[in-house]
Amino acid sequence: MTVTGDHVRSYPFGTNHGLDLDPTYAQARAEGLVRIEMAYGGPAWLATRYEDVKTVLADLRFSRAETLGKDVPRILPAIVDDPSILSMDPPNHTRLRRLVATAFTARRTEQLRPRIQQIIDELLDDMIAKGSPADLAESLAWPLPIVVICELLGVPVEDRDKFREWTDVSLATDGVDMATIDAARDGLQGYLAELVAKRRVEPTDDLLGQLVVARDEGDRLSEQELILFGITLLVAGHETTANQTGNFVYLLLRQPQLWQKLVDDPDLVPAAIEELSRFTPLGAAGGFARIAKEDIEVGGQLVRKGEAVIVQMGAANRDDAVFERPDEIDFARETNPHIAFGHGVHHCLGAPLARMELQLAVGTLVRRLPGLRLAVPADDVAWRADRLVRGVRALPVAW
Amino acid sequence: MTERWRISVDHEVCIGSAVCAGSLPNRFKLVGDKSVPIEPEIEPDDDVLGAAESCPMEAILVVNAETRAVLAPEL
Repeated sequence: MTVTGDHVRSYPFGTNHGLDLDPTYAQARAEGLVRIEMAYGGPAWLATRYEDVKTVLADLRFSRAETLGKDVPRILPAIVDDPSILSMDPPNHTRLRRLVATAFTARRTEQLRPRIQQIIDELLDDMIAKGSPADLAESLAWPLPIVVICELLGVPVEDRDKFREWTDVSLATDGVDMATIDAARDGLQGYLAELVAKRRVEPTDDLLGQLVVARDEGDRLSEQELILFGITLLVAGHETTANQTGNFVYLLLRQPQLWQKLVDDPDLVPAAIEELSRFTPLGAAGGFARIAKEDIEVGGQLVRKGEAVIVQMGAANRDDAVFERPDEIDFARETNPHIAFGHGVHHCLGAPLARMELQLAVGTLVRRLPGLRLAVPADDVAWRADRLVRGVRALPVAW
Repeated sequence: MTERWRISVDHEVCIGSAVCAGSLPNRFKLVGDKSVPIEPEIEPDDDVLGAAESCPMEAILVVNAETRAVLAPEL
């Protein structure tokens, strides 16, 4: 069968099973840019090859800002019109990123290491005291990044149940009605507005306090940008790392020989975290459309001005043009230039922090609980459905 | 004499995230997996300080070409 360039596939390709990548991605990668159609917003190009994805992410002519308030390809009916940093191009994007970038550099993150280790140790003390088996997701994977981002931003950790629920609902892709999603987003906005207002009465030197000063004294961002930035940092600061922690431990325990390698040689943990980042398709599907501001060729395919492109980094990270045996987890790769944290101006602000949390969490587990194993058959682990990112509902472990 | 700035990228720490090359394609480009300044010596440009401050690895160093005083990143 010849597949022509105008063959349009429905997207996402299918229902996700755990962390499996739909086989259609391999077909798409063989073809180059492919045409897809999502539930709303008309057709788009989908990039799945490593080089194509990097090209699109690094080229400012593929604009995120152009999608704002527009009927662009997307999963949910609502048109996104919040100018968060995720929907900005330079120079606005740079203006905001600069305000917080120094708080998230590798060097500053390194200073958090002892505190992060302490949080992990306390969480594991609790889990071990309660006895085997336990749910690793609730015992470690979720509370760790929540406590860390709360302390960085200055969000009261006691409010976690509230903002976790709002976060969960606001990142739904199905199974929740739009009114509920809107209410959750309003909940987050009202909550951040409250925290900002408190800082105007009583200034703080946490990240949120610094942003309030940048707003009030430097006029470096608008009130709406301030609130949305707070939400983005809070949500992105815990949701992704929490899910990846569960995903990584699941993958290691599903193939106990991988776990054993780390127990035998904990120095492999940083390489293992890179490899698991490459292997795990965290995003349930590609999203965050970009609009071509002029005609641009990508991997031999002309994308016309005004057309939308969606990238799938999880698929790019399995491109055998770059990674040998891409579907295999191998801690001994000589180079691992994965793009799990993205590429270009939107490259994950919190990448050094996420890396440290994941390395310390897995490193501490292999040291303190070398006999850790899944307490249920791997196939019985339940997965969160209909969310932007993949993760376990619970991860029953024993030791 | 008008002030000149010198840009360098430490390839030992650069991870090729392209935050700099993505935001300032007139100042930085990726060669292989590493960023290099397009012109190592430039006229003062605040955007370049922004790029140096936004680099997750702080791999970009901007100094005064004459005095070698560090302009970014903040130490």
